[in-house]
Amino acid sequence: MRVCVVGCGAVGSLFAANLAQLDDVEVWAYDLARDHVDAINEYGLRLSGAGEIRSRPRATADAGELPACDFGIVATKAMHTSAAVAAAAHAFRDGCVASVQNGIGNEEAIAEHVARVIRGTTFPAGKLVEPGHVQWDVKGDTTLGPFEPQPAPQDEIERLADACTRGGMPTRAVSDARGPQWRKLIFNAATNPLGALTRLTHGRVCERPDLRALVTGLVDEGKAVAGAQGIGLDADPEELIDHAARRDVAYEHKASMLQDVEAKRATEVDFLNGGIVRFGREHGVPTPLNGAIWALVKGLEASWTS
Amino acid sequence: MTDRVCVVGAGAIGSLFAAHLARVCEVSVLCRRAEHAQALRRDGLRVSGRHDFHVSVEAGVSAAELAEPWLVIVATKAAGLEGAVRALAGHWPGAAVMTVLNGLGAERVVRAHGSWPLISAVTFMSGTKHSDTHVEYILDTETWLGPWEDTPFALVQRAHDAIVAGGLEAEALPDLRPAQWSKLIFNATVNGVAALTGLRHDFHFAEGPLGELVHDLVDEGKAVARAADVPLHDDPWEMNVLATKRGHAHYPSMLEDVDRGRPTEVELINGSLVREARERDVPLPLHEAVYALVRGREASYA
Repeated sequence: MRVCVVGCGAVGSLFAANLAQLDDVEVWAYDLARDHVDAINEYGLRLSGAGEIRSRPRATADAGELPACDFGIVATKAMHTSAAVAAAAHAFRDGCVASVQNGIGNEEAIAEHVARVIRGTTFPAGKLVEPGHVQWDVKGDTTLGPFEPQPAPQDEIERLADACTRGGMPTRAVSDARGPQWRKLIFNAATNPLGALTRLTHGRVCERPDLRALVTGLVDEGKAVAGAQGIGLDADPEELIDHAARRDVAYEHKASMLQDVEAKRATEVDFLNGGIVRFGREHGVPTPLNGAIWALVKGLEASWTS
Repeated sequence: MTDRVCVVGAGAIGSLFAAHLARVCEVSVLCRRAEHAQALRRDGLRVSGRHDFHVSVEAGVSAAELAEPWLVIVATKAAGLEGAVRALAGHWPGAAVMTVLNGLGAERVVRAHGSWPLISAVTFMSGTKHSDTHVEYILDTETWLGPWEDTPFALVQRAHDAIVAGGLEAEALPDLRPAQWSKLIFNATVNGVAALTGLRHDFHFAEGPLGELVHDLVDEGKAVARAADVPLHDDPWEMNVLATKRGHAHYPSMLEDVDRGRPTEVELINGSLVREARERDVPLPLHEAVYALVRGREASYA
């Protein structure tokens, strides 16, 4: 089986390094960061932290070099999905492509370029320490299922899930993957932008009653939009939010959006709160708080060039 | 009756009042810092920008040092109000006190320390203080003033006439609340959004998704004004659109405070509006969100 990881940042590297340990899987890593690609090809891809791995995926910054693949795993930041998949689409003419990205709307973008699409959500996290080396912060599960309008065959989804699990990334194939995706979406949309706008860590946002009430307001809108689509959440985002706020879990965690804001990088807010607003509009569910937060973060991004 | 005016709190707004009034009457400035008072006595006050002149002023750090004025203009920031008014307690029984602060409630703080006739005012002019003795006059928009409780309107008119004679724009109104609420809604919206986004008051506030948010925040504020039975003097949305078309993107004070890691006036501005809404059971979810976020941003300084 041949798998190409599209976008080999922290999460993409977790998939690429783990899968490349398997004898029956050939892994390609496609990423535009040439120093990272060169380091992988020269020294291998190293993970440290929650797991210690060094394996040898083939890496390239040139999509033209990609051979035909059975599977794609897209792990770019959400705003780069379309460009990255368009460039690599030739490799997936006969394959299936999964998203393991943040937010909502990535599968739709992939489906513009690829026929068979897998809806995915992943919880492991890490960060790029240096080219070729990713720190694995958190282990966690991945869920894969069909993207309803252009689904991959269920046995193919199971084949990819099995490979990921054998490689060291526990993955379930399900018939409806929207529940975990919306659970993660609602969690992220209700907490990340509040950290980004206030510069507070997750725990400090949650210990302020007025901000915690705002989190609940955002969660409730997200739940209403999920409910209107007939999506059952597999866990209550509120409980996950409170769990993460504990001092022994992620109290001091700076949301990725806060890290983006501190570095003045474009955020994924269009695919988080913006996604909830878009799907809310389609299903006639009002989402004023998510709309407000979306507008404020877009304003913040605009201030960097104003 | 003397023709003397005393300005308490010589930030940008206080300095603009003091300098312009000093062109037509005697002016003293009650300062918090001794160096500030010294500098003013020594160098006077310089105005640049829309006007360009230099005046001499009296200055001190206690009311006892200064001759009794007929009018006291209190132009401190919210955080400095209580201390400034405490310094006036027991002094100048014949004076009227005019408050020019953002938000609501400054008059009540003053009333707690004396029985002077009170004049409520809000100002839309703006300036930048370059030093203790130099202020740049940037926006020459109006100051509105009106009576508080049973203050005779003639006193309001006299304060208005002095301000206008000094070269500033002003309007005397029989009831200031419609103007005060217009400004409160405008400020809570524009300052809050600016502080959170880092944007100066530019076109983003009048169009696109951020414009929609500003519009919705203004609508929430209007609902509170309706519940409080206050007809608005100006539509805060129109004030907003007009301000973004001036060609000069104003640097809102709450954004300036956040940029410098200083406490903001969010309690006085956004807090006032939120409390007025809660008292009347008017739902205010967007302003509650902005209020919580700005307070959270302040908490991040530590």
